[in-house]
Amino acid sequence: MKLKYFAWVRERIGKSEETIDPPASVQTVEELIAWLAKRGEAYAHAFETPRVIRAAIDQAHVQPDAAIKDAREIAFFPPMTGG
Amino acid sequence: MRGDATMTSSVTIRIQQDDFDIAREIAALTNRRSDIGAVVTFSGICRGSEDGASIAALTLEHYPGMAEAEIARHADTAMSRWPLTGISVIHRVGRIAPGENIVLVVTASQHRQAAFEAAEFLMDYLKANAPFWKRVEGSAGATWIDARDHDGTAAARWTKS
Repeated sequence: MKLKYFAWVRERIGKSEETIDPPASVQTVEELIAWLAKRGEAYAHAFETPRVIRAAIDQAHVQPDAAIKDAREIAFFPPMTGG
Repeated sequence: MRGDATMTSSVTIRIQQDDFDIAREIAALTNRRSDIGAVVTFSGICRGSEDGASIAALTLEHYPGMAEAEIARHADTAMSRWPLTGISVIHRVGRIAPGENIVLVVTASQHRQAAFEAAEFLMDYLKANAPFWKRVEGSAGATWIDARDHDGTAAARWTKS
């Protein structure tokens, strides 16, 4: 699946998108965040406070317990500050 | 532009780097029709200071595709909730200097109450849900603006219980 990162999540990780293949045991958005946070210092920094991270699956907002099984694109970003 | 089955109405959503012309956007909604009695516009403008510190500019980042989809979703909700003849939402991205426009919401209706309420509803939802992020260029370097709790509260007050 494709991951996209925005704002300071993107800056901390150092890339705007990547394709990943998490193990089958990773089934929800919050499990994916926990798995990503173990991929190295940059990821650990980006996901150090999981409760502030917002997620979207296929360009629609989702909650941390959302299933990732059928996702084509998952995005992680901070709370929105537009307008 | 999309049509509405019951009333001639239009929704325009644009995300662009360039500035917008408010008069032209109003004209686009009212042109050649006489059933509109009220147009409300909201403009969001870049302030020259943030939390008391002066800023050089803002940089707006967005999630292409989802940003348009989120605004469209809320425009559809507004269209079904109020008797509107048109909505235009324009959000700028990229570098924006103090005094420049950031966002425009235009709502048109037969009567003012629907236009006022729908414009406020759209801005509240846009701020809380549309995937845009502001980065500030200030004297201490570049920092991301924190979301305000108020934005979530402002959007929640439109939820019917």
